[in-house]
Amino acid sequence: MADEKKDVSRRDFLKTAGVATGTLVGGGVIGGLIGYNMKGGGTKTAGDSASRSGGRKDEGAGSPNGRMFFTNDHDFSVLSEATERIFPKDDLGPGAKDLGVPYFIDHQLAGAYGNNEKEYMQGPFLAGQATQGYQSRLRRKEIFVQGIRKMDDEAKKRFDKSFLDIEGDQMDEVITAFQKDEVEMEGVAAGFFFRLLRSATLEGAYSDPMYGGNRGMEGWKMKGFPGHQMSYADKVDSKEFQKISPESLGGQH
Amino acid sequence: MAKTLEKVDVVTVGVGWTGGIIAAECAKAGLKVVGIERGRERGTADYQRVHDEYRYAVRYELMQDLSKETVTFRNKRDQQALPMRTMGSFLLGEGLGGSGTHWNGHTWRFLPYDFEIKSMTDKKYGKDKLGPEYLLRDWGVTYDELEPYYDKLEYLMGISGDGKNPFQGKRSREYPTGPMKKTPILERYEKATKDLGYNPFMMPSANLSEAYTNPDGKTINACQYCGFCERFGCEYGAKTSPEITVIPTAKETGNYDIKFHSNVVEVLHEGGKATGVRYINWLSGEEYIQPAEVVVLTSYVMNNAKLLMVSGIGEMYDPDTGKGTLGKNYCYQILPGATGFFDEQFNTFMGAGSLGMTIDDFNGDNFDHSDLDFIHGGSLSITQTGSRPIETNPVPPDTPAWGAEFKKASIENYTRSLSIGAQGSSMPHRDNYLTLDKKYKDAYGVPLLQLTYNFTDQDRAMHKYITERAVEIMDKMGAKQTVGRNPLTDYDIVPYQTTHNTGGTILGTDPSDSVVNKWHQHWDAENLFVVGAGNFSHNGGYNPTGTVGAFAYRCAEGIIKYSKEGGSLV
Repeated sequence: MADEKKDVSRRDFLKTAGVATGTLVGGGVIGGLIGYNMKGGGTKTAGDSASRSGGRKDEGAGSPNGRMFFTNDHDFSVLSEATERIFPKDDLGPGAKDLGVPYFIDHQLAGAYGNNEKEYMQGPFLAGQATQGYQSRLRRKEIFVQGIRKMDDEAKKRFDKSFLDIEGDQMDEVITAFQKDEVEMEGVAAGFFFRLLRSATLEGAYSDPMYGGNRGMEGWKMKGFPGHQMSYADKVDSKEFQKISPESLGGQH
Repeated sequence: MAKTLEKVDVVTVGVGWTGGIIAAECAKAGLKVVGIERGRERGTADYQRVHDEYRYAVRYELMQDLSKETVTFRNKRDQQALPMRTMGSFLLGEGLGGSGTHWNGHTWRFLPYDFEIKSMTDKKYGKDKLGPEYLLRDWGVTYDELEPYYDKLEYLMGISGDGKNPFQGKRSREYPTGPMKKTPILERYEKATKDLGYNPFMMPSANLSEAYTNPDGKTINACQYCGFCERFGCEYGAKTSPEITVIPTAKETGNYDIKFHSNVVEVLHEGGKATGVRYINWLSGEEYIQPAEVVVLTSYVMNNAKLLMVSGIGEMYDPDTGKGTLGKNYCYQILPGATGFFDEQFNTFMGAGSLGMTIDDFNGDNFDHSDLDFIHGGSLSITQTGSRPIETNPVPPDTPAWGAEFKKASIENYTRSLSIGAQGSSMPHRDNYLTLDKKYKDAYGVPLLQLTYNFTDQDRAMHKYITERAVEIMDKMGAKQTVGRNPLTDYDIVPYQTTHNTGGTILGTDPSDSVVNKWHQHWDAENLFVVGAGNFSHNGGYNPTGTVGAFAYRCAEGIIKYSKEGGSLV
């Protein structure tokens, strides 16, 4: 019963706040409010809504954050939830959504990565052995859109609900079905999409924040990676473990 | 219609370590040299934003644009070869400096044993130690013959080392600079291997322990141990690279010019001699012919072989008959090793490409193989190259690949796990070879190179044996859990392994079983030289660049001699 109630509230939240984050926040009205609240320690609502929108906390007019690739809010929300299951928030620190991973993936899909610019994409495209690697005619942007929609379809098939409305362990079941190649996709194996999604999630969590993920360098802080440092020449032979405050390339001009 | 340019003395195809060394030596000797480089010009000033794992290590900023050219691959002859669509097992370079820009800098001399492996193996273990399907052979050049060139290379590069390897070949001089710093991680390996009765020493490093000015007057700075080396260029000029050494040396003579964005598609030849190369400038789309007295193939293993094949120079190897030489003896590198998980934290994110300690007790024939079903072995090292967070997610076996448990374990062990690994030798096999693909083409309409490769029984046995030694060492280092590398199955082109591909254009003393002679001169065209790891008859138990560089110096000497005297150098 408790679960059911949670589902309802989630759905209601989506209908209202979910839409709000897609429109009003982008327009700057609530965005300004959230920013203000966050500075003052934040409120529960602000935090939740930022979390639901893929970790977008710092919107506002003129913000560099936004979606370049996903035009459909539902698709983007499914992506966000899936990345969060892969790299969840826990007592160590933020998960994929709070780190901005969905935005990182969105930006990457809009560019060279999504378009397989440096890859050999000439045909014929023939099925091969696993040892021969990626042989799909599809580009990553096409694989992601198809994969995310298939994830939602798979949730509906198994649980009669959208991926956004199922429980965490049910999401895991759907993701695992992709991992194990149990879902049919066109032109690419589900397992390949899963591996792309997993890699992209880790890339978003740990790449320099200038790419849109690893917000506040929180991914690096959790892991103990100091980012961009000019030199460890005076520390490398130290017997002690060195806790070093990270630096981003984004701080360099 | 191709535009024909003014004839030059020497044209090199590709400008990395081999093209750079040959340019510097020939230009200093007064020859007019042109380098044709398909990538762009680049140097230290281009690497100021290099501490970016995602761009450089994950998305391969400095590597070859596969949309223009790749290779096709299959494990065995009855499979359909398919294109390597994305980088994986090895990372092909592109641009000024080639892979010499983004290498780690491990700079080894192969063992004397490597060059005479066939006769030494036969003598000690009998002729049947390996089956006839293994194309084991003496190289046609000995360690002693190569020693002066290794020495020259080490002083060009300023290599940092302690010279304490008891198994190394005779050296005419000590390393030009002292060893890199010995960190707690290295000390732990040193103690464990000593306790086990082995002989640890500091890895010879092209990331320098101190600033060094080489005999050409080029300065390489002291390494800052920033942890961004392999797959990155050095923003500090502290990793010896062609762009900061041989290329400026060649340019200062006034005898050297480089054509960038220019992809050679054919070696032109007539009457048993090369006449020049044909290339396409992919910015303008214009086609050019660069005539030359001497043509030198100085690109990577893959393209040196491919250019000979598409130009119809030499006889292609046929695995059915064993006839032909071009494309045979393709080898790789076998990578045994172990990972240990610890409670204590290490500064794993600090490091340098060649910051490491090694034992050679299980390399070459430094240990008895009488009761073993393989020959050779590998150098076994711990390296502290700087672990970066996207690609370093060590987790104990049975940890899920994602989710809460994965996150916790990968974060926990990022600074609490250490790995040791071997650069295992790779022996040539009848069924492992390079040829031209019949189906797939590059952006210029030229066939792709086709690779047929799989691991062999020799590889599997050696991998297992050295992995067991690595596990023993890691246990001795005090790991609470040690995990050896999985046994070899089929070679898989997807996960990164190593960019140590060798063979295909092997060197030798007889035209019936080699492509070039001991001066790297092509048997069928005396003014065509081919140099690189393609000349290796097998891959030794070390990173190949030291031997590639020594070959380049030797080849340069051959070219200069040929330019004066002409004819065959043997």
